[in-house]
Amino acid sequence: MANPMEQQKAALTNSSLRHEPDGRGHFGGRYGGRFVAETLMPLILELETAYAQAKADPAFQRELDYYLKDYVGRPSPLWLARRMTEKLGGAKIYLKREELNHTGSHKLNNVMGQILLARRMGRTRIVAETGAGQHGVATATVCALFGLKCVVYMGATDVERQKPNVFRMRLLGAEVVPVTAGAGTLKDAMNEAMRDWVANVADTYMLIGTVAGPSPYPAMVRDFQSVIGTEVKAQMHEAEGRLPDVVVAAIGGGSNAMGIFHPFLDDTSVRLIGVEAAGHGLDSGKTAASIERGRPGVLHGNRTYLLQNADGQIEEAHSISAGLDYPGVGPEHAWLNDIGRAEYVGATDTEALEAFQFCTGLEGIIPALESAHAVAYAMKLAPTLPADSLMVVNLSGRGDKDIFTVAEHLGVEL
Amino acid sequence: MSRIAKRFSDLAAQGRGALIPYLEAYDPDRETSLALLRAMPAAGADLIEIGMPFSDPSADGPVIQAAALRGLKAGATLAGVLGMVQAFREGDTQTPVILMGYVNPVESYGYERFCADAVAAGVDGVILVDLPPEEADVMEAPAQAAGLDIIRLVAPTSTVERLSYVLSHASGFVYYVSIAGITGTRTASAGDLRAAIPRVRAATTLPVAVGFGVRTPEQAAQAASIADGAVVASALLQTLAGTLDEQGRATDRTLPSVLEQIGALATAVRAAGRQTA
Repeated sequence: MANPMEQQKAALTNSSLRHEPDGRGHFGGRYGGRFVAETLMPLILELETAYAQAKADPAFQRELDYYLKDYVGRPSPLWLARRMTEKLGGAKIYLKREELNHTGSHKLNNVMGQILLARRMGRTRIVAETGAGQHGVATATVCALFGLKCVVYMGATDVERQKPNVFRMRLLGAEVVPVTAGAGTLKDAMNEAMRDWVANVADTYMLIGTVAGPSPYPAMVRDFQSVIGTEVKAQMHEAEGRLPDVVVAAIGGGSNAMGIFHPFLDDTSVRLIGVEAAGHGLDSGKTAASIERGRPGVLHGNRTYLLQNADGQIEEAHSISAGLDYPGVGPEHAWLNDIGRAEYVGATDTEALEAFQFCTGLEGIIPALESAHAVAYAMKLAPTLPADSLMVVNLSGRGDKDIFTVAEHLGVEL
Repeated sequence: MSRIAKRFSDLAAQGRGALIPYLEAYDPDRETSLALLRAMPAAGADLIEIGMPFSDPSADGPVIQAAALRGLKAGATLAGVLGMVQAFREGDTQTPVILMGYVNPVESYGYERFCADAVAAGVDGVILVDLPPEEADVMEAPAQAAGLDIIRLVAPTSTVERLSYVLSHASGFVYYVSIAGITGTRTASAGDLRAAIPRVRAATTLPVAVGFGVRTPEQAAQAASIADGAVVASALLQTLAGTLDEQGRATDRTLPSVLEQIGALATAVRAAGRQTA
């Protein structure tokens, strides 16, 4: 590489935080990886190759763009939340309206990308895990659209607390399998989906809904979700002529956060804040805050921060929000935490419930309980910031599915 | 020569394959599983595989999942499992013992410390289901330094290139996962095994044991005669589970039932001898 221009370009690329994991699928040399049984290894490697080819193929990107625009309904608006801003006093708050996507959350961005990949790979049967049911609904939706068989694993506890989504998935033609193992939440659904995949390798594609799992899933899901941050960047430029100062997003596995963070990783003036579900409180022992209260370990194919006991047994997470009720987090977040590029904080169940009502009452937007965690932290932070600062909150999903849970917590009988 | 190598070579000289029964540590309690472990060699176990309970056994079927949960409920820890092996070794210095489990408890314990403590306790080999060779650098050097075999799984989905790569990282013996699936579900046919085992042998000089879906004496005899050994896990754990009382405690039928089944498996494996490949 004698050309100085090329050398400079390479140096820039190497110093960028927006990069691919290394050859072992690791971020920062430590997190991520491919910790799966040998039966799955050939499939993981095949998927990696297929995704690399699709990513390099302009026809794939054109096809994805078409569906994102005319089926998902992108771009999603960036809404200036005037009444929230006035009420809180301080930073100007914008909401990225991912809840307006078809199926009501950011989940469809990733699902659309992966289903097109699964079709390219000739797979005819799709398995997925789901917590709140948003990913399950998105997956069932595209399977209906393309006429593919769909099996969704969902913890039995979540089936109970997310009945509307279970019914939606069944209407869409998916088989919803309640998982009774463990506490019957997202972690157990993930185990069961992996078991299904191992047993049906010939025709099945496993469609993971978050930026976790064995490589290439974390980087692939991030790529498909990065449309969120890319749009925010352009929309904010149009609205304010500059970058935002703070970007806030809720984190379970971390896909909506990774999607909105990633395009800003090299813009070091932009504070990136991931809000974990603190449950009853970070130190209550009933929390889902894997980064703040966990330590690195290996689960579901990757090394990342996990809630675990001293003996390396995985602990049950707790959150009012089924979508955040997971004892791990995407490996790229683990790395961003360690290098200090993103900050990770917590919001409790109670704070999320307050934020849910606050956003609904002032903006006429009912946020998902997951997204309400991001709103809750924004409510704390905005008043401490100067009035000319710009904050973006990722409103990753709509809260219609949560009205029963919220009513129950508020003591209202529906 | 390691205990594993010696046992396979002695059995080859006798003209038969090995029976490798599995038990889950602390299932349903430490005392019962230690008593079972101690009685297994006399019942016909040639090598013994001990499951290290993990909260999220994603490659295992319902039977092993339930056994792991019973073990954890009874207080199983990695240190506790090693303690069981140490207690077993007081009365048996010949039967090879292999630990099988998932990587996170070992990572949490510390790879170097685990390898050293395992060998000191009398463990001969370890299988970590979710630690492929690509990620095994953390384990390989300490295992080699301690003299602990890393037993590798290969599967029907393993390509020829993959087989030679994976098996270049193997020691002790090779565990052939005979079905693409989870433990205790489907069973491979004799025809499947006759086609598959020579592919594995072409990539290694190590003995080959067959597991996943080996349930009956006939299936064990068939697998051990085509390969060099047969692992029986879910079928034994299912028998054990069936003898527990309503509170999940061991009864006076627990040990005799499992040991009798091991006896029947051993008789069939010994009678079958070896098929020359």
